[in-house]
Amino acid sequence: MKKLTIALAATAALILGFGTVAEAAGKTKVCFVYPGSRTDGGWSQAHDMGRMAVEKEFGSKVETAYLENIAEGPDSERAIERMARSGCNLVFTASFGYMDPTIAVAKKFPNVKFEHATGFKTATNMATYNSRFYEGRYIAGVIAGKVSKNGVAGYVATFPIPEVVMGINSFEQGAKSVNPNFKMKVIWINTWFDPGKEADAAKALIDQGADVLTQQTDSTAPMQVAEQRGIPAFGMSSDMIKAGPHVQLTSLEDTWGPYYISRVKALMDGTWKSQQNWDGLKDGILTMAPYTNMPDDVKKLAMDTEAGIKAGSIAPFTGPINKQDGTPWLKAGEKADDKTLLGMNFYVEGVDDKLPE
Amino acid sequence: MTFFEAVLLTIITASTPLVIAAIGELVTERSGVLNLGVEGMVIIGSVSAFVAAQMSGSAYVGLLAGVGGGAIFSLLFSFLTLTLVANQVATGLALTIIGLGASGMIGEAYVGVPGVRLLPLEIPVLSDIPYIGNILFKQDIIFYLSIVLVVAVNWYLFHTRSGLKMRAIGDSHSSAHALGINVIRTRYLAIMFGGACAGLAGAQLSLIYTPQWTENMSGGRGWIALALVVFASWRPWRILAGGYLFGAVTILQLHAQAFGIGIPAQFLSMLPYAATVVVLIIISHNRRATLVNTPASLGKTFVPDR
Repeated sequence: MKKLTIALAATAALILGFGTVAEAAGKTKVCFVYPGSRTDGGWSQAHDMGRMAVEKEFGSKVETAYLENIAEGPDSERAIERMARSGCNLVFTASFGYMDPTIAVAKKFPNVKFEHATGFKTATNMATYNSRFYEGRYIAGVIAGKVSKNGVAGYVATFPIPEVVMGINSFEQGAKSVNPNFKMKVIWINTWFDPGKEADAAKALIDQGADVLTQQTDSTAPMQVAEQRGIPAFGMSSDMIKAGPHVQLTSLEDTWGPYYISRVKALMDGTWKSQQNWDGLKDGILTMAPYTNMPDDVKKLAMDTEAGIKAGSIAPFTGPINKQDGTPWLKAGEKADDKTLLGMNFYVEGVDDKLPE
Repeated sequence: MTFFEAVLLTIITASTPLVIAAIGELVTERSGVLNLGVEGMVIIGSVSAFVAAQMSGSAYVGLLAGVGGGAIFSLLFSFLTLTLVANQVATGLALTIIGLGASGMIGEAYVGVPGVRLLPLEIPVLSDIPYIGNILFKQDIIFYLSIVLVVAVNWYLFHTRSGLKMRAIGDSHSSAHALGINVIRTRYLAIMFGGACAGLAGAQLSLIYTPQWTENMSGGRGWIALALVVFASWRPWRILAGGYLFGAVTILQLHAQAFGIGIPAQFLSMLPYAATVVVLIIISHNRRATLVNTPASLGKTFVPDR
């Protein structure tokens, strides 16, 4: 028995040892770390489509690699370091929780470039990139304000970080622009991905009177519950129309490809610099899935809103806006700056929830 | 459907897989085997059920495939721990890891494909009973099975000769062996039953709870089932009570949030696990009651001629 164990361990060590692929000379190696499975139908899949766009654009000039299902926290630091060690020239780390691990690895590997999604810390060899998801959520809010009879939306939320709070607020702002009394119910499930929990939260929200549903989580489970109950809903990260053919109003679609391509190109040209990139609808990094399952007038309003945001005539966070407790936040005509948005830790008026601390 | 009914229905859906996976593991543990691979067997059940339902177009074929998938997968554990006498804890953990990985590979082509939903079966007459009819008798077959399983396991363990033998093996495999009871065969069957139950729980996830396939969709429910067995101190009826307690806390904390009750969500999500710890403390205080129910050979490997 013992002999067999030793033999197995030795074999495993051999496989691991020789398994590290030697780097092909002259190729740029671009690597990705995803929090979920690259076929999750949501967030990670959208990033992986970006990776494939890079492969398609540069052909044999680049080599890509990815690690999927990497939990946020200490594990991710090992994963990112492994990427850096394996000869990657540029590493994209695609989750908020990878921020500190990416910083730590970036310090150890000054010659490797890093790009971290949705965070706020940078280094000379580490940039951040993000998408203005809140612009899409504002459009969703406008639609919700129109299609909801009860004037109550349900929001399946993940973690109380600024990104998510901003999304909830933006949705509420959009809804209030057509229905001033619009209310939002929020359930925090403390995970990005757990289909069962997401479905339970969606059911609870519907049972408590929400008649339009939106989600921040990554799986299609809330959309599926909406389809089953006949409640209109919004998708997230990828087009979720297959899960909700009769109820999906639209979906925020992340289109990372063009950004990834531009950064790989910059690296090849030697023009890569650390930066904080925050593009939105007008840059094509965020797109809206077709507006479906809604009356024509609502569809037109949604398209006008989208055009307005792209043109800059509509900004979701334009005063007058009060905070949840009624104290003023923005004066009439005043616009929130990016720094405030990225650090948002309070609700606007109309959100029917207590923000976890 | 009233609000109250809607909440109860959600609780039942959330509790059923916990009860089924836990009752299977209870039988395995009563035979003296600790199988930590429940999570892996559940997810194998989910993927088998989903793929079979897609290929055949029938949710019932999916259900059978889930049960079969879990049972066959558990044979790997039986072979390693019973025939090759490997360490049960390490093998069980390996089973979970293999299950999570293998299911992701098998199911890769099925991500995002709309699932086949297992439809409820209304029981005539009973479903017309006011209040409870809507809740208890318009359910899917897996819910009915979960109740039948608890009743059957309780009857088998405590009211049949064969059940008595199984408990004897769990308490002292050497004595049972000396008495001429076939320890290895009984344990093979007990583990397979546990696997079949875990597979059924998995099928419930991918056919009823969320009719879709996504990697890691078991979301730790196998681990909760393991905790439930300890929580229930190896008694079948307490599995039912514990399963519904876990399910209810999970769902009610969501409702508490939507109502805007200012209890931190993290605290509420922690409650089921905290309850398990409390039960552990209570049962460890009462040594005698613990000894009666805990299978004394739990987790120990058995070699007939040693």
